[in-house]
Amino acid sequence: MSTAVKPRVKAPAKASKGEIFEVKTLVNHEMESGQRKDRQGAVIPRKIIKKFTARYNGRVVFSCDWYPSISSNPYLAFNIKADESGTIQYVWEDDDGTLYEAESKLAVN
Amino acid sequence: MKIKASALGALAMAAVVTAALPGAAQNDQGEKPSFLRNEYQAVKPEKANPLTELISGYFFRSRETQALQDDDFLNPGFLWVEQGQDLWSKPEGEAGKSCADCHQDAAATMKGVGASYPKVQPDGKLANLEGRINLCRTQYMKAPELKYDSDPLLALTAYVRHQSRGMPVKVAIDGTAAPYFEKGKEFYYTRRGQLDFSCASCHETNYGHYLRADFLSQGQSNGFPTYRLKWQKLGSLHRRLEGCVQDTRGETFKRGSEEFLALELYLAWRGQGLPVETPSVRQ
Amino acid sequence: MIAETMARGMTRRTVLTGMGVVTVLGFAGAGPGLAATAAYEEELAKVLQGRTAKDGRITIDVPQIAENGNTVPLTVTVDSPMTESDFVKTVTVFADGNPRPEVAVFHFSPLSGRASAAIRMRMATTQNIVAIAEMSDGSLYQQSAQVKVTIGGCGG
Ligand code: HEC
Ligand code: HEC
Repeated sequence: MSTAVKPRVKAPAKASKGEIFEVKTLVNHEMESGQRKDRQGAVIPRKIIKKFTARYNGRVVFSCDWYPSISSNPYLAFNIKADESGTIQYVWEDDDGTLYEAESKLAVN
Repeated sequence: MKIKASALGALAMAAVVTAALPGAAQNDQGEKPSFLRNEYQAVKPEKANPLTELISGYFFRSRETQALQDDDFLNPGFLWVEQGQDLWSKPEGEAGKSCADCHQDAAATMKGVGASYPKVQPDGKLANLEGRINLCRTQYMKAPELKYDSDPLLALTAYVRHQSRGMPVKVAIDGTAAPYFEKGKEFYYTRRGQLDFSCASCHETNYGHYLRADFLSQGQSNGFPTYRLKWQKLGSLHRRLEGCVQDTRGETFKRGSEEFLALELYLAWRGQGLPVETPSVRQ
Repeated sequence: MIAETMARGMTRRTVLTGMGVVTVLGFAGAGPGLAATAAYEEELAKVLQGRTAKDGRITIDVPQIAENGNTVPLTVTVDSPMTESDFVKTVTVFADGNPRPEVAVFHFSPLSGRASAAIRMRMATTQNIVAIAEMSDGSLYQQSAQVKVTIGGCGG
């Protein structure tokens, strides 16, 4: 999309200690593979999100590297085990260095 | 007579299809579209409708594609709906107004509107949602028209139409709409291109059959704008029509053209009663 | 009237045959034993680094047949207790027939709780999805699954 990249995150607000919960994310991004050509036959330069990192109270709990085979508007789901209340930070890193960020709060009882 | 015609047509295609195919067996291994599993909901059409049951394109798609539509979070079409929501209250143009300034809360004021489009406007001309939104921009906001299939126009269209999700499509085809309806109907049944196909050749006579790798639906419009996996983005009904006309290798028409608008009205009526699904997901 | 209907039916049949409807499901080179690309062999070797991967422990959840290769859902899950002393470090996913075979590398930690992740990927053609898991003790596991990609053409 030509408009601002805006991640969507779906994560629970509450969990009990030791519970494993799923986080779902979706970002509007073209994930231009660098393998397509425009109408004039020129290669459209690659522009993808290459890295995603989830930090739970500052600790990296999950991350992944992405390649041009990831679909446009990338979806990602993964799990986290609840151990303390706090903040989960989500960061997507673009080829051009831009960071797209989101966060969610978690109360653990 | 009508029924006989479709039955014959369907048979002709079915014969060709089954005779040929080793691959068909593959498709019997549990991944059949719900239409073939007989798990679909049909709506009873109005009397004059040539179809005996109305079935959304949703039921012709694979489980995976359906799953993408079923969950509002998984559905990438919502990226546009949400963008539309942001644009709704953003002032644009020389009048310094936003949609919300005049229409307030879209959930209340736009409920049902999308299900009733295309609609003849006060000026006597037929407009679809895209056109109506652009009318508001040029007349009331003193803002330039948004380009057809541009992200902001798709976003606003999807946002407005989404307010009617689940409501039955109900368009007016009488009075001032009648000439547009007739024109759209004529378009639908006109055979064109080298292949001498009309829309009906694929979507009326042969829905529920494979055409190469494509499993043909009734070509209903209740899901638009739709997120197409092939496009990897949301797209308008007219973008789809362009493709469908090109398939017959006929000359195509411009998105937003009078021809496509009339066809859009006729298509909406053919699906009169089907629930709006915007934003739907298709292959 | 009937004659006319018949005539129309016939025309259509001829035309359809002419345009090759007979091929119906246009799988690109369906069937197992598809050649993986050289690029894949190269990338695989980088992950294995001379080690061998055992079978098992990995579940790959993909459709048997994808309606469109642009957005194929994948969930990969590795059976592991995910404790401090025994967890899955990484899972590398390849599409062995794509021009660039790498799809994603997932990095897990004990706090992941479950070694499972889902994404949507592009598949140029019918091919195998290969997942390689590296455990915290350095052992490797491998699993693959075939996805048939239908090549639609009609309907814009
Ligand atoms: C200055 C006030 C004003 C603004 C701003 C405005 N509209 Fe409108 N809109 C109207 C009026 C008045 C109508 C009724 C039709 C007419 O008389 O032209 C209307 C009609 C509509 C309709 C059709 C409703 C129906 O029941 O048929 C839609 C949809 C719509 N507007 C969407 C929008 C969107 C989207 C925006 C922002 C891009 C917008 N409007 C901005 C005044 C406005
Ligand atoms: C050669 C066959 C063919 C012809 C002729 C054809 N289409 Fe299609 N159309 C398709 C295919 C294939 C698809 C994608 C699968 C499906 O939904 O049927 C499609 C999809 C559609 C869709 C999208 C349905 C949905 O659920 O999203 C609409 C709307 C549509 N067609 C309308 C038309 C109209 C109107 C015409 C006449 C101008 C037409 N088609 C002519 C083959 C055709």
